[in-house]
Amino acid sequence: MIRTAVSALLAHWRRRPGQLLTLVLGLALATALWSAVQAINAEARTRYAEAAATLSGAGQTVIRRPAAPIGLAEYAAMRRAGWPVTPQLEGRLRAGDRAYPLLGVDLLARPVAPGPGDPDLTPADLLTAPGRLIATPDLAARLEAVPGLPPVLHDNSAPAGVILTDIGTAERLLDRPGQIDRLLLTGPVPDGAEPLAKLLPDARSDTVAPPDTASLTDSFHLNLTAFGLLAFAVGLFVVHGVAGLAFEDRRATFRTLRALGLPGPVLTRLVLAELTALALIAGLLGVGLGYGIAAALLPDVSATLRGLYGAQIGEGLQLRPGWIAGGLAMALAGALTAGAQGLIRLHRMPILDATGPDRWARSTLRQSRAMALAGLVLITAGFASLGAGGLIAGFMAMAGLMLGAALLLPFVLGAVLGRAARLARGPVAQWVWADMAAQLPGLSLALMALLLALATNIGVGTMVSSFRLTFTGWLDQRLAAEIYLTARDEAQAQEINRWLTGRADAVLPIRRHDTRLSDRPGRIYGVIDHATYRDNWPLVTAAADPWDRLAGGAVLINEQLAYGAGLRIGDTLTLGPGWSAEIAGIYSDYGNPRVQAIVALPVLLHHHPDIANRQMGIRSDPAGADALIADLHARFDLPADAIVDQQAIKAMSLSVFDRTFLVTSALNILTLGVAAFAILSSLLALWNARLPQLAPAWALGLSRRRLAALEVLRSTGLAALTALGLALAWLLLAVVNVEAFGWRLPMHLFPLDWLRLLALALLAGAIAALLPARRLMRLPPARLLQVFAHER
Amino acid sequence: MLLDVSSVSKSYGKRPVFQDVSLSLDPGETVALTGESGSGKSTLLHLIGALDAPDTGDITLAGTRYSTLGDRGRAGLRRNRIGLIFQQFNLIAALNVGANLSFQARLAGREDPGWTAEIARRLDLQDRLEQMPETLSGGQQQRVAIGRALAVRPDLLLADEPTGNLDEANSDAVLSLMLDLVAQSGTALFLVTHSAQVAARLSRHLHLSQGQVT
Repeated sequence: MIRTAVSALLAHWRRRPGQLLTLVLGLALATALWSAVQAINAEARTRYAEAAATLSGAGQTVIRRPAAPIGLAEYAAMRRAGWPVTPQLEGRLRAGDRAYPLLGVDLLARPVAPGPGDPDLTPADLLTAPGRLIATPDLAARLEAVPGLPPVLHDNSAPAGVILTDIGTAERLLDRPGQIDRLLLTGPVPDGAEPLAKLLPDARSDTVAPPDTASLTDSFHLNLTAFGLLAFAVGLFVVHGVAGLAFEDRRATFRTLRALGLPGPVLTRLVLAELTALALIAGLLGVGLGYGIAAALLPDVSATLRGLYGAQIGEGLQLRPGWIAGGLAMALAGALTAGAQGLIRLHRMPILDATGPDRWARSTLRQSRAMALAGLVLITAGFASLGAGGLIAGFMAMAGLMLGAALLLPFVLGAVLGRAARLARGPVAQWVWADMAAQLPGLSLALMALLLALATNIGVGTMVSSFRLTFTGWLDQRLAAEIYLTARDEAQAQEINRWLTGRADAVLPIRRHDTRLSDRPGRIYGVIDHATYRDNWPLVTAAADPWDRLAGGAVLINEQLAYGAGLRIGDTLTLGPGWSAEIAGIYSDYGNPRVQAIVALPVLLHHHPDIANRQMGIRSDPAGADALIADLHARFDLPADAIVDQQAIKAMSLSVFDRTFLVTSALNILTLGVAAFAILSSLLALWNARLPQLAPAWALGLSRRRLAALEVLRSTGLAALTALGLALAWLLLAVVNVEAFGWRLPMHLFPLDWLRLLALALLAGAIAALLPARRLMRLPPARLLQVFAHER
Repeated sequence: MLLDVSSVSKSYGKRPVFQDVSLSLDPGETVALTGESGSGKSTLLHLIGALDAPDTGDITLAGTRYSTLGDRGRAGLRRNRIGLIFQQFNLIAALNVGANLSFQARLAGREDPGWTAEIARRLDLQDRLEQMPETLSGGQQQRVAIGRALAVRPDLLLADEPTGNLDEANSDAVLSLMLDLVAQSGTALFLVTHSAQVAARLSRHLHLSQGQVT
């Protein structure tokens, strides 16, 4: 019995291979985008953890001498005194046309030793000349192409982007014999051991806090996760639509099977098993596709994370069982969610159920009011969840708003189209509008998917574009000077300052004081009154003449502090005991996890006269900056990383952003592609139902070419109306960001981007309609005549 | 002569439907075509309606030879000169009764609101103009289809089993109305039917059998 029933059920897919393809592809695409994002996130997070453990010895105590390296003899003396320390030396190794961070460690004593990939490798090979370089496979491959370097070991657990080697090899490669940059304390210091102050009098001992890479990058990953989830939801709309249609197509088969004696519960279980099998097939396809997408996007994500947060992740992707299982689970859960309605209907279907050809569409129409109501509830819940605050609440709000808007869409579109049909003057226009409204039930799911895709696109796209502008503004603020210099000590700083007189346009001291601002760990900067700041500082809101007020004792604060503490222009901020100042301006400070305030330098020095004065920004003719840097290096004994060239950093940052755009653009296009696929599959699914609508119009004198053109127009028109949902993006950016993230991007509207997206939406609608339109244009009249003949 | 069907043949694949059929209609004439199921009555009506093209032969309506027309030309001919009524009414589901009634006339750019209102009154549809087709009975829907075809004041009205889906009482009423309106507008009628009774009410009766019109 079961076998016969299964055979009858499967016969449907043989008759409608397109429907099967759409179902599997829809689910596979949805799973692919979700899995890709998860793969990227999993890879990045694993690498953060590895890097944190390997590189910095998080939570460990580090001993360093600020002004000079530690000598080999001093290290030996500490070891002899019983101090459990291990040495590290770092620098940049030039390999070909690039320089890579090189970290020399005691490979035998370091806390986390890399697992050598070469089975014949002996410890002696690591320690003796020429030594070995250890790097992640992607970096190792690049290093192997450079002649003259020691042999390279491939090691997945090596810190990403960093070359690891024995300290002896590092001394040789960096030409720093006998030098140690820092000592890591690897265990408790024995009682009675000679104190550090005696062994290394001018050394400092600090406990390194675990790096906050994870928390810094949380919002980035949450962004990606939200993107993946929305893309998945877009795909589910396809699956839901096709599953519903397949159910209605098979209603007669179900009824016959029941009438012939197959128990209802058995039939439901069979359909459930069929859906599960399809979900697993689609899930496997999706995971495979997702791996491909992730592998293609990871280098760009890696560049973004490195550029934005300094987080190092590799560019190679490992196949992790966790996300394969996760992808399959999502595919299964998605298919069951999308097919749940059909399964419930099947479970409740009476044997003598009357089958109507467009019952599915009509029932969808009936649901539009209920869906609109659910949409309103979701939107309300979304706004309500903002009250909780934080990233998760923010994204819940975003999901609520977007899904709510999608659910509301069919009802709103129906009202708009009905109104348009009433207002239309010509017969064709009247028919087109009315017919669009009549098509809505069948297309609404696809249009909802398109709305989600568009909102995701505009939301993420605008956010990223605004990030870019804000970040470049932030760079201008931080890097307005052509050169940044950190002297070894204050004496050297003063010497450099004197030397620069007449050689540079201006020297801007960078002096800061760490403190608590409105009960949060924060930092106060003191700045001199200079055009560099007046011209470049990215103020979001300000009182009149903020810089004059600043000179007079007022304070500028970053958005994080303003939103976190609920401060506004004109409020008073306490900067320390007995020190309060009026807030004269609020500036954007993208990516900074700390609250921050800026005061005039004399005011800061008045309250904190003893703060360090080693850092400075140097304004000079940009064309002469390189020569000035070379002169500074030649004249003063400065570490290689003491001078930062603004142009190089800006160029690197912008290239990072351009790569970021590649990631988001790729995800955007893929999501829009899924939405276009949803429209195409819906139009194809509706094809048979469309002919009885089109044939009378054709018979009454509309040519097939004109009907085909109207089909494309209808689809693009619906896409255009759906695109009005872009207004939602504004809501997402202007309301949700502020509430959820505590800082606001300056709201940059990108008319060209929005127009481009609108054009893409229209293109998606048009492309989706092209195939059915082409089919219609080439349809033999005999096929249209069958509409009249079949009904007799 | 309004319509000239000259030596027209049509086959579907290798199966000939009819061969070398010729007939003609004068303006205002009403002609019934009867025949067995599958004899090709509807196919002949489709050819005359420029909905399909013959394999050989030609058709001329009011001096326009179909063989000289492309897809767009045929659409224009249907729009401007021909009214079509089908057994299943084939109303435009998305439009209300009023919009359906005037649809073809407006499409052809010659709507006469007075004439459309007169048709609606004669067909007893004047109170149902805002209703959607799906809310009407079969007889009412067929009256809308007749009104739609006549509102354009076609030279030729083609009706394919227009009463085939109606009960006897409705059938008589609809046919009477159609013949009255055809007479009033001076339109020629070519009607395909199974019913000898219906055929008897028209001025001429043709029979299609074994591929030949007699």
